[in-house]
Amino acid sequence: MNSVILVTVSRLLTGLLLVFSVFLLLRGHNLPGGGFAGGLVAASAFVLHALANGFPSARRLLGVPPRLLIGFGLAVAILGGVAGMLAGRPFLTGLWDKTPLPVIGKLGTPLLFDAGVYFTVFGVVCLIVFSLGEEGEED
Amino acid sequence: MELLLAVTIGTVYAAAFYLLLRRGLVKLVLGIALLSQAVNLLLFAAGGLREGAVPFIAADETTLAATGADPLPQALILTAIVISFGVLAFTLAMVHRADQSTGTDDLDDLKSTDAP
Amino acid sequence: MNAVTFAILTPLVAATLCMLTLRSGVAQRLFGVGGMAVLLLVAVRLMSEVADGSVLVVRFGDWPAPFGIVLVGDLLSGIMVLVSAIIGLAVAVYSLADIDARRERFGYYTFLHFMMLGVCGSFLTGDIFNMFVWFEVMLISSFVLMSLGGERPQMEGAVKYVTLNLISSSLFLAACGILYGQTGTLNMADLAVRSREYMRPELLTMTAMLFLVAFGLKAAMFPLFFWLPASYHTPPVAVSAVFAGLLTKVGVYALIRTFTLIFTNDVVFTHGLLLGLAGATMIAGVLGAMIQFDFRRLLSFHIVSQIGYMVLGLALFTPLAVAATVFYIFHHIVVKANLFLISGITARYGGTFDLKKLGGFYAALPLLALLFFIPAMSLGGIPPLSGFFAKFGIVKAGLAGDTVFGGWAVVLAVVALAVGLLTLFSMTKIWAEVFWKAPTEGHVPHGGAIPAGEKFLLFAPVAALAALTLAISFFPQYFFDFAARAAEQLLHPETYIKAVLEPVP
Repeated sequence: MNSVILVTVSRLLTGLLLVFSVFLLLRGHNLPGGGFAGGLVAASAFVLHALANGFPSARRLLGVPPRLLIGFGLAVAILGGVAGMLAGRPFLTGLWDKTPLPVIGKLGTPLLFDAGVYFTVFGVVCLIVFSLGEEGEED
Repeated sequence: MELLLAVTIGTVYAAAFYLLLRRGLVKLVLGIALLSQAVNLLLFAAGGLREGAVPFIAADETTLAATGADPLPQALILTAIVISFGVLAFTLAMVHRADQSTGTDDLDDLKSTDAP
Repeated sequence: MNAVTFAILTPLVAATLCMLTLRSGVAQRLFGVGGMAVLLLVAVRLMSEVADGSVLVVRFGDWPAPFGIVLVGDLLSGIMVLVSAIIGLAVAVYSLADIDARRERFGYYTFLHFMMLGVCGSFLTGDIFNMFVWFEVMLISSFVLMSLGGERPQMEGAVKYVTLNLISSSLFLAACGILYGQTGTLNMADLAVRSREYMRPELLTMTAMLFLVAFGLKAAMFPLFFWLPASYHTPPVAVSAVFAGLLTKVGVYALIRTFTLIFTNDVVFTHGLLLGLAGATMIAGVLGAMIQFDFRRLLSFHIVSQIGYMVLGLALFTPLAVAATVFYIFHHIVVKANLFLISGITARYGGTFDLKKLGGFYAALPLLALLFFIPAMSLGGIPPLSGFFAKFGIVKAGLAGDTVFGGWAVVLAVVALAVGLLTLFSMTKIWAEVFWKAPTEGHVPHGGAIPAGEKFLLFAPVAALAALTLAISFFPQYFFDFAARAAEQLLHPETYIKAVLEPVP
């Protein structure tokens, strides 16, 4: 697709969407948002870039292969779940830091788990869209 | 409201099964997508409809008031949507691959592995 | 902290490690087999923890039941996880020689572990909606395993497999929704209590029928079995072996769990229906197998007929019958996966799965002939092999006369005996065609056709599973004792319900 408007807008929007995705991730525990929504928005930033500038460019921009994002996300999510077990509570038990930080709010292992979900969803969507899209370009 | 929802669910189910019974591979995918939507609507209706109610526990209470809406069906539907999203993505990739390796989108031509 | 959590964590961690090292073949294989070995150790530990009849409960996130999701480990779950881990390890070792580098690079071991995660999760969960989620984890991974490689027969099989299983899932989900709408809970122990109090009996029976169709489709029960012989012979042998061993049995497990815990209000109707379907499943499967001459397709039809036996045991609903079902599942998973693995070895040597073309294996590979003989005769129910005791238990329960079905139970017991005879016919057909018949042109088996290293990887799991079959055969009382205690727990779910709903100290 060769659209000047899309290319220009995507340059602005890609960064904006990524920032918005982190915002969604951080507010997600008690408010609408969370790792899943954040991951989708982050992936959509790269999908938008791919539509405007082609899939090879999007892969270069992403830097790491999507499958590594999935693996990393899963590993982080597992850590978030196991942290509760290390404290002698069941798997996935949330541990919270008592004192809230400015801007972010209270920190705890659910955030770690959510971050894992974020990266997993991010990776899965990128993997699916990239591999389907690239096949389409070959035809 | 219940009646409207019941009719809608029935219609979506009917459309889904109609598409599933057609011969085209793409129609099959659309049928699967519609089927998961029909189930989501069914979950929504089965969880009980409370117009204008909120799923919050009041500040001075410990349990949800009898007039409050039940938040669980929404959680179930959200999970189901996430799963059907993954399933649909896989189904699309599979149909694409099946089209490439068999060269047809007619389900009646995909009979070579069936038991005689 | 008990082994229940680790039975979920181990495959999850193994899948993640495989995912992170997708480019390194060595790491893939290491994590692939290593993960299964660890899972087996965890399963043995789990079994030792539940062996005394205690019910282990893990509350995810420390939320009290019935509000949070619980994992429950009782004897049936322990047995199922143990046998799954055994098959998982055997198949992972076999895969080292059977799965090509391309499939490996596409994440074969990752999805194998994700599938094990779904299987173990389904066996251990105490929450009906959570079971749906584990089913989906298992299904999506199995979809990928089935279509990995993308050859034409695979894709044709995959389209049917995927569609039918998705329809089953949507029925399962709809049934969960209706059950929740009526009782306001999804925890299975809580459902067992509340469905009696809050649901009209006929509505409960209707919901039971929805679950019966959903699980019956996954278990390949009559009349919803035709997707199985159309797809199970298309993927690589290692994949079809693990499918044949585990996937349909997850459906049977779900039937056992729900129809002993929740849907027991109208046993004459629900279990009577199961009784009829079991008979039809046995007959349809074994008759379908008789005319087949493709090694794996013939075995696929036998999966269907064997499912009938397991459901028959559940339907009879006496302590002996349910115990025989549990024993049957354990014996069957080991035997059936082994037969599929052997079909792969003969195909390696003979270059085809066509029974008419294969031949001469008895002279060329006497060891393989022996290794085939054990599971094949066991499946046919020849004493003193494990299948005999399994069938004996079910037939005896049918003839005992303490069921609620009276004469029908006797009829079904006779059907089971006749089907056993026909099973033996199929097994002797394979024996005569593949092992005794003179080899045909172009498919002459040659002892040196496979390099020694690969040969070991192919034969070791087969030999180990055959040895396990012999162990079940010679010490059946030991295995039957476990099965009987599992049945005792299933038919008296009070311990289960109490353990799950007990307030957290």
